[in-house]
Amino acid sequence: MTEDKRKYKLAESEDLGRKEELRRYLLGAASTLLLTLMSFAVVAFGGVERTTTLITVSVLALAQIAAHFRFFLHIDLWRSHRDDLMLILFTTLIILLMVGGTTWILFDQWSRMM
Amino acid sequence: MSENKVLHPGLNLHGTDPARHSRAETTIFGFWVFLMADLVLFALLLATYGSMSVHGVAEGPGPGELFDLKLPLIQTLALLASSLTVGLAMLHVKYRSDLRGLAIWLAATALLGLVFLALEALDFHRLAVTENAPPQRSGFLSIYFLLTGTHWLHVACGLIWMAVLAMQTAAWGLDSPVKLRLLRLGLYWHMLDVVWVAIFTFVYLFGALQ
Repeated sequence: MTEDKRKYKLAESEDLGRKEELRRYLLGAASTLLLTLMSFAVVAFGGVERTTTLITVSVLALAQIAAHFRFFLHIDLWRSHRDDLMLILFTTLIILLMVGGTTWILFDQWSRMM
Repeated sequence: MSENKVLHPGLNLHGTDPARHSRAETTIFGFWVFLMADLVLFALLLATYGSMSVHGVAEGPGPGELFDLKLPLIQTLALLASSLTVGLAMLHVKYRSDLRGLAIWLAATALLGLVFLALEALDFHRLAVTENAPPQRSGFLSIYFLLTGTHWLHVACGLIWMAVLAMQTAAWGLDSPVKLRLLRLGLYWHMLDVVWVAIFTFVYLFGALQ
């Protein structure tokens, strides 16, 4: 490839890619901001029952974490590298096992000591 | 075209720097392994916190009495804004090789990070001194300080790393290994925000409901 052609190719991909990638960051900022404010509002102003509030806030947190992975870390279930996705899956499994197990054992022990 | 594939998390360099893009794959995957391991660490700290905030309050104050929501909300907004500014800095790394724009967005990120650290430090001081709730008062307070303190140290390390990379960029420019280091810093910073979302929800929002 000659120097001129290369420059042209760079300029072309630059224009298309940059706009789209900027849009992705702005979308990420907007959606995570909205989700943060929603979960804050549910707790601060919502007169909803406690269990419902806890579940709502947890779901909003999961949605926000998903938005962070999607828009900021650019994880895409179809286009991302398979190894990266497998590692996310494995980490999720480890977290579920260890957090679930820890919580189960500690709360069970607590109830036996009462 | 293999160069157009997404090879790793975060901003990919295909399009503007194909040679470095193909080399970035293994480098950034290694860093991704570290980030995922870090997530497991924070998840376990949170699990311990979840148990201690119920069972480990002893005779001391509990989450409901200690936390107010305004300060954590401001901290969350500061970290969220810094996630956007670090993203904009990464766009400069990829497209412009424009050192001035990069410096401005990195400085904005560092400033927001410092605001976060200062607010958190003030809150630690309020708890430990004003409220008489230092870490040694109860199991709940020990794990609270350990969890938020670990996150605080991560942000502080990120800021030191950012300062070092700013100096390296000034010295060697973007046409050097510094470019991939900046991409990794971006990933690290976004991951700290993910961890804070969990802390904001499961520590502060849940605490306000107790």
